[in-house]
Parts: sequence; structure tokens; C-alpha cells
Amino acid sequence: MITALVERLGAFVLQSITSLGQFSYFFVQVFFWMFKRPFRIKLLFEQLFFVGNKSLFIIMLTGGFTGMVMCYQTYFGFKLVSADNFVGPLVAISLAKELAPVFSGLVVAGRAGAAMAAAIGSMKVTEQVDALEVMGINSIQYLAVPRVVASTLVLPLLTIIFQFVGNAGAWLVGVKVLKIEEAIYFSKLSEFMFVSDIAQGVIKAYFFGLAIATIGTYFGFTVQGGAEGVGKNTNLAVIWGMVTVLVADFILTSFLVRVL
Amino acid sequence: MIESFEKPVIRAKNLTKKFGEATVLDHLNFEVEKGSITTILGFSGAGKSTLMKHLLGLITPTHGSLEILGQNISHLSPYELREFRKNFGMVFQYAALFDSLSAMENVAFPMKEFTDWPKEKIDERCINLLLSVGLEEGAKDKLPSELSGGMRKRVGLARALALNPKVILYDEPTTGLDPITTKMVNDLITKTAKENQESEEKLTSIVISHDIKASLDISDYVAFLDHGKIIEYLPVNEFVKSKNELVHKFLELTVF
Repeated sequence: MITALVERLGAFVLQSITSLGQFSYFFVQVFFWMFKRPFRIKLLFEQLFFVGNKSLFIIMLTGGFTGMVMCYQTYFGFKLVSADNFVGPLVAISLAKELAPVFSGLVVAGRAGAAMAAAIGSMKVTEQVDALEVMGINSIQYLAVPRVVASTLVLPLLTIIFQFVGNAGAWLVGVKVLKIEEAIYFSKLSEFMFVSDIAQGVIKAYFFGLAIATIGTYFGFTVQGGAEGVGKNTNLAVIWGMVTVLVADFILTSFLVRVL
Repeated sequence: MIESFEKPVIRAKNLTKKFGEATVLDHLNFEVEKGSITTILGFSGAGKSTLMKHLLGLITPTHGSLEILGQNISHLSPYELREFRKNFGMVFQYAALFDSLSAMENVAFPMKEFTDWPKEKIDERCINLLLSVGLEEGAKDKLPSELSGGMRKRVGLARALALNPKVILYDEPTTGLDPITTKMVNDLITKTAKENQESEEKLTSIVISHDIKASLDISDYVAFLDHGKIIEYLPVNEFVKSKNELVHKFLELTVF
């Protein structure tokens, strides 16, 4: 009984170490091929469009409602201690530092990360990845690099848009519905909100973008079997993408609060 | 058993590949004649796919050497291997066409990647290649999902021929096809080989298959691979009379 348990635990640890090693090797390869010619600008723009433009609507929708809900929730809490004038800066800082990068990361992990794993995975099982290699084209450079670069560049922009729309939603609810004085709302905002708050969110978004796309493409390349394998790895790409965003958020926060 | 040829394109000496403890290719010694159609037959798990990956330079041998077009592939750097692969055309089992590209774009893909030819020249060559494999011009703008299995194979062949390869590999070219499409694909393989015999660089065709009937129709030479060893390698007319027990059994079960 105990021997079997130890064996299973050992197998799990070994498997985890192997997978981590394989992922690290994949990441190094992506990084290496990122700086090798030919630079595939057309593919990069296709991915910028896919990750960025096609995520725009859902990002704006999430941002808008997050801002509005945050404003409602904090207003009624703060009003109990007569601090309702601070609703604006609280929502804005929360959006800038945490909510915008994390929610944008989760949305992109669910949408683009999954799509990356599914697209590359389908190519893998139908031998299209082999076809690239046989032609003398590095499949990591062709398929992974444009996706990773695009995601890393686009997520900070989506985060800024999320913040902007979220703040607009909070202003709408705070000023127009809950009747907070508009001049006070903006004066408190400028008093308590700093560029470093926005920078913190943007820096996080760069890391999230890099992680989501690297994970998505990795699970695409490691698909085994047929359609079932594609489904399984797409699911894993979403789960690991989201978990990584949350864990990385904690690590980055504990570092950034000290330096910014 | 054939030992050697006058003008071999491929020469394997004690080619051995091990994955961990498992020996997948076991001291293979064989040559492939320039301009021939050679089929490598064998049961599932005999080592055919591993041999094909060696021929394409996708993996390197554990022991022994593999000379292709006079170059020992074990001595090539990853970059040189990539360049070297341009000498090969590959027709995949299910064509492996890029599903986001049209038939014409699939054929144009290697030319756009590796040549600086103007668009007009690439377009002209694409249409000529598609016509030469028996596809009408109407099919050129169709996506792979809109093509039948036989049509996809034809596009795959046209793509493989795009850069005038010296060696073309066919992976299970007739698996899963109906008898009429099988005949069409076989005719295409022999026609392609014949059409490329006039030039100085004759096209060498290697077919990896377990479809013995189709192989006997098209091949000049047939090799039989079993448990990582070539147990028979003969001109096709002698292969059918092979005294090897396993080959005889294989022939009996699948042809007669």
C-alpha cells in the first residue's frame, strides 16, 4: 500500500520534472528562433490581428462591466464610513494594478491561448508540422514565434484599453447614477493615481502575454494522437495559461510593490 | 539480395537506430539506384517510418552511416541539414496540405520560401505543376477541405515537385484510397518518375508502403523490412519469386 503510494508519487514527480524540462527547452528554442532570420512580419501581423483585434470586443465588454460593478460595490461600502469620494481612485488603482492585467490575461488565455493550441495541434496531427520541417522550415520559428511575439506585444495594449473602458464604466455609474460630484471624482483620481500604478499593470501584462502564448503553442506542439489529443491539449493550454497568470501575478506583485 | 549499384543516390552502411533499449533499425546495409522507383515494404512497426525520417535527415543514426547524394548526413549541422532537405520532395500519407492555404498557395509555398522568383513565374509554375498532376485550373483556388482525397494527393505531389527535388519520398501513397484513385496515384508516381528521367539530375523515387499490390505495379526494386532489418531486396520481377519465407507469406496473403 505505502510502496504503491510512494511509487505513484515518484512517478508524478518525475513526470512533472520531465514536463518542466521539456517546456523550458521549448521556451529557449522560441527565444533563440525569435532573433533568427527570416523575420516573418506578415505572420506577426496576422497574429497581432488575431490576438489583439479579435479580443478587443470581449476585453471592452469585460472592462466596462468590471468598472461599473466595482464602482457599485465600493460606493455602498465606502458610504458607510463617509468615504464615497474615494471610489474613483480605488476603482482606477484596482483596475490599473490588478484587474486589467489579470482579467485581460484570463480572457486572452481562454480565447487566444486555446486557439493557438488547437491550431498547432491540428497541424501536428495532420502532419502539416512535419511538412514544414521536411521543407527545411523550422516549425517553431514559423508557428510559435509570431504567436509569442504578438501576444507579448498586444496584451499590454489590451490591458490599457481594459483600464480605459473600466474607468469609463466606473465614471458612468459613480457620477451619472450614484451622483458623486464629478469635480471631486476627478480631483481625487489625480491626487491618488500615479503613472507607476499603470506601469505596474502594463509590466505584468507583458509577462502574461509571453506566458500565455508560450504555453498555448507548447501544448499545440506536444499534441499526441488525433482529434482527442487536440481537445485534451487545448483544455490543458487554457488551464495552465490561467493558472500561470494567477501565480505570475502574485510573484510579480510581490516584486513590483517594492520597486515601483 | 542487391548489394550495390553503379550510381547510388543513397548508401546506408550498418545503419542502426536505437530508442532507449529498443533497436528500431538494425545494421541496415543497402543502396538506392539513381533514377529508380524503390519501394520499402514491411509490416506495421517494421521500422519504415524511422527509416524515412533518416532519409529526410529528421533524425540521425545511433551507429553507422547514411550517405545521401554523396553527403554523410550525420556530419551535417542542423543548418546544413535544413538546406540539404531542399533536395527532397515528400508526399505525405494524407497529403499534409496547409489547410488555411488554397491548392495553388500550397504549391507556391516552397517557392515563396526558398526562391526569389517573381510572382508571375511562381504562378506560372504552380499552374503547370497542377496541370501536370492532372488537376484542372478550377481546383487551384480551392481549400484542401474542398478537395477529395485523390485531389489532395495530387496537390501534395505538385508541392513536392515545386523545387525540382532530386529524391521524392512517398509515405503510404495509396493507403485508404479506393481502387480507382489508387490506380490514379500509382500512374502519377510512374509518370512523374518517367518525366524526370531526361534531365541530368534524374528523379529518384522512394515509396514507403505496406500495399504490396500497388508496389509491384510501380516499382523497379522492392526491399522488405522486418524488425529493423532488410530481409529481401530485389528487382521487382525477382521479388515476386522470392524464396524468403516471410516475403512469400506476405505475398501470398496480400496478392494471391
